Amino acid sequence: MNQLKLSILDLLKEDARLQPSTIATMLGAEEQEVSAAISEMEQDHVIVKYATVVNWSKVDDEKVTALIEVECTPERGRGFESIAERIYLYPEVKSVYLMSGAYDLCVEIEGKNLKEVASFVSNKLSTIDSVISTKTFFILKKYKQDGIIFEEFEDDGRLLVSP
Amino acid sequence: MIKDKEFSQTMTQPPVESGMKHYLNASARAIPPSGIRRFFDLVSNSKDKDIISLGVGEPDFVTPWRVRDAAVYSLEKGKTQYTPNAGTPELREAICRYLNDQFSLNYDPGKEVLVTVGGSEGIDLALRALIEPGDEILVPEPTYIPYAPISSLVGGVPVGIETFAKDNFKLTAENLRAAITPRSKVLVLCFPSNPTGGIMTYEDLLPIAKLVVEHDLIVISDEIYAELTYGSKHVSIASLPGMKDRTVLVSGFSKAFAMTGWRMGYACGHPDIISAMLKIHQYTIMCAPIMGQVAALESLSPTGMEEKDRMIESYNQRRRLVVQGFRQMGLPCHEPQGAFYAFPSIQSTGMTSEEFAQRLVLEAKVAAVPGHVFGKGGEGFLRCCYATSVAQLNEALERIGNFLNKIK
Repeated sequence: MNQLKLSILDLLKEDARLQPSTIATMLGAEEQEVSAAISEMEQDHVIVKYATVVNWSKVDDEKVTALIEVECTPERGRGFESIAERIYLYPEVKSVYLMSGAYDLCVEIEGKNLKEVASFVSNKLSTIDSVISTKTFFILKKYKQDGIIFEEFEDDGRLLVSP
Repeated sequence: MIKDKEFSQTMTQPPVESGMKHYLNASARAIPPSGIRRFFDLVSNSKDKDIISLGVGEPDFVTPWRVRDAAVYSLEKGKTQYTPNAGTPELREAICRYLNDQFSLNYDPGKEVLVTVGGSEGIDLALRALIEPGDEILVPEPTYIPYAPISSLVGGVPVGIETFAKDNFKLTAENLRAAITPRSKVLVLCFPSNPTGGIMTYEDLLPIAKLVVEHDLIVISDEIYAELTYGSKHVSIASLPGMKDRTVLVSGFSKAFAMTGWRMGYACGHPDIISAMLKIHQYTIMCAPIMGQVAALESLSPTGMEEKDRMIESYNQRRRLVVQGFRQMGLPCHEPQGAFYAFPSIQSTGMTSEEFAQRLVLEAKVAAVPGHVFGKGGEGFLRCCYATSVAQLNEALERIGNFLNKIK
């Protein structure tokens, strides 16, 4: 990937709302060149989606998030692919990672309440044939996600004017 | 006998206005208050929370966590003592390695480096060590404000040399030659420049260096913005042939390493000059704070340098945005190739820079510093620091554009 694309990704990662014209000015590039690079990265699924990082703890809409360690038996010829697909297609599953170490898959689940998450784990996840065991850990508080710190941002402590 | 209560009342009574002025040293009495301070008071008094500040001359980044952590850890370990007057040997060695790697400068950490409380102390010490009453100090302007007042405080005579937008605010040999007199002793350079963002290339510096040698001058080169260049790499005049011994290089960690409040700087130069500066430093300051020295050392580590590079790239992106913004709204703006200031001309509005800046704060809620406070050639310009978020910059540019449309 060329430097221009990497720089564009860096900027969009910080602020997905930046317009191609602004990005072009900031990088000293042509607007057309930037637009073309963005389109190309969208088509190649390098840019998968423009999403908003939400601190849900500030919203009244209560959610429960759990990380589940899943130990499972890989399938001949497909390894963990089919089991991972089986799991990630559920809408309550937010992320699935193949892990090295003591367990195989790490699954992040979001539900309206504890009961809903427990129900998913016992009725859906644990009943998949190749799943050997699960361990569920509830997330109590998110401090940082995707490189963004969730704590209150402090005011800019600088003076308004200085030499 | 004065009873406690009476004594207390005596002490709390305000001094009679002007009643103590006759005690003051004549030089301290004579220097005017900083023009930037007057403007600061105006902005502070407005109490408007919605003001976007382009007036602050410091990074919007806080010191990288690894650097802060190093200082915190050292405090936890009880590192709270004095250090050698010249600074810890580790930091002086690191500074020398850094200057060699980045700017091809060779200094002996044992004799040619002094760690100071910010670059400001380095400038003060250099002037105090060099200037005799009546000596002339040549200062290309517009420039960082304190050079002239400090020169006056040490009994020197500051001589401003105007630089121009048409020359990208570079000092030309022609202008320097015209300002030199038999009493000239020191030339102060501040490139990359606060407030113009101008830089001096090797070719620009060569004729200046020749004049310096020819007229037996000493250069105090304030290189606090040396890392902040966008395009060509900074060239120190100390690296030019025959100039190392004639140059006191002053720099620090405030700007490029986002460490303004730590007050960490250093000065490098001929052992005789550094030794004289060290004497003044040891009798006044003793040594720079140890926690700052620990933090400065960490900032020169490979990780610290990566953080610095990341911040510089961010300034560069915002620089382009701001310069184009000013040009699109019809304010001519030379290409600032260093520091983090844009210096657009507001001459087309017919207002003085003070009037423009004041109205901009009150009517558009954008604070920028009027150019005249930076000396000769600054009138008609505005110093705008672009070390603030892209969102804030875009909002500020929009407000300035609307303000210009309103006053047309």
